[in-house]
Amino acid sequence: MTHALTPSQTIGPFYFGTIVKAYRADLAPLGVAGERIELAVTLHDAEGVIVPDGLIEIWQANSHGRYNHPEDRRNLPLDSGFDGYGRASTDTSGTAHFGTVKPGRVPWPAGGMQAPHVNLSVFARGVLNRLATRLYFESDPANAEDPVLKMLPADRRATLMAKRNGSAWHLPVHLGGAKETVFFDI
Amino acid sequence: MSQDIYRRTPSGQHPPNLSPDYKSTGLRSPRQAPIALPQSLSEITGPLLMGERLDALENDLTQQRSTAPMGERIVVHGRVLDENGKAVPNAMVEIWQCNAAGRYHHPGDQHDAPLDPNFYGGGRSRADADGHYQFITIKPGAYPWKNHHNAWRPAHIHFSLFGPAFATRLITQMYFPDDPLLAYDPIYNSVPAGARKRLQSTFDMASTKPEWALAYKFDIVLRGRDATPMEN
Repeated sequence: MTHALTPSQTIGPFYFGTIVKAYRADLAPLGVAGERIELAVTLHDAEGVIVPDGLIEIWQANSHGRYNHPEDRRNLPLDSGFDGYGRASTDTSGTAHFGTVKPGRVPWPAGGMQAPHVNLSVFARGVLNRLATRLYFESDPANAEDPVLKMLPADRRATLMAKRNGSAWHLPVHLGGAKETVFFDI
Repeated sequence: MSQDIYRRTPSGQHPPNLSPDYKSTGLRSPRQAPIALPQSLSEITGPLLMGERLDALENDLTQQRSTAPMGERIVVHGRVLDENGKAVPNAMVEIWQCNAAGRYHHPGDQHDAPLDPNFYGGGRSRADADGHYQFITIKPGAYPWKNHHNAWRPAHIHFSLFGPAFATRLITQMYFPDDPLLAYDPIYNSVPAGARKRLQSTFDMASTKPEWALAYKFDIVLRGRDATPMEN
């Protein structure tokens, strides 16, 4: 190690300049394989008050469980037009909306497969470091054998479970308080 | 056994989530320790954004309107590196900032300073094969922000980087060398004392453009891969 890391700073309240061109809330144009879903991520502070000036980013595998990235060298299909990255600001109800496809399962380094999940980055005024968490799909049978969920205390596992409402999946993310979401040191 | 690909970040590099002098952290900082996650494909892959097509002038914030913005034109450039000193080629670098008067082109910014119709304040640059990026912009102003009595943010430019993986994502702020407001800024000073000076750009006489613009250099260091060999 020869170079010292650049420290993190808050995104602040005025994130706008590059997001207009790079704003990506619809990840999956028509023709992309898989079950089409909507994700709604609502951000709350430690008192439960919604956070209307946050930014949520998502990163996910495609429906075959393949990441569009050179590190994923498995012989699984890539979908043209789907790279798995999305970004959306929270709105006046504290919610960031995405249209995507349900991700497939990806392997775990020590063996076995992970349950379908979406990787989330949370940014906001007052948040000094990127907060990394995951969205899982409630009642997915694969959750029972997911190695990450198994690492968590049972009472905190629920903080990662999106609940279904038709084709939409909703996940509240709590930055603190009694319902504090599980965040990961990756 | 699984092994981490990206080196774990030791303490003392990044700000604590709770930094009481920066008041907004009070209700927006997790209190439970983050759960250490072994790095799987989910963490060592990430958006490379190679499909993003950048316009020729996206890294020149002074040419996004028909008339030049008010303020002091500057060059901001540097390299995107990892902890091993290796260039991060083709890295996407995004910036946003307020105008020379200290006002953002954002509806939430109600500071009593003029908007500049010729300055939008956002730009993107893709680093070259050697990790080098460059922007032309104007020097942002300082502005008051109500965190405490007479609180002023030092002039700064927001930077957003992705790097090669979900694990390397970074949003930060670049400051200007020896700004007297740095001593009073709770956001800058949220970074541990030994690390915060890394957020100051350096005046770069060699890169100034004579008769045209001064230059500041800001190298950005993202997490690097652990050099430990996989097998003995």
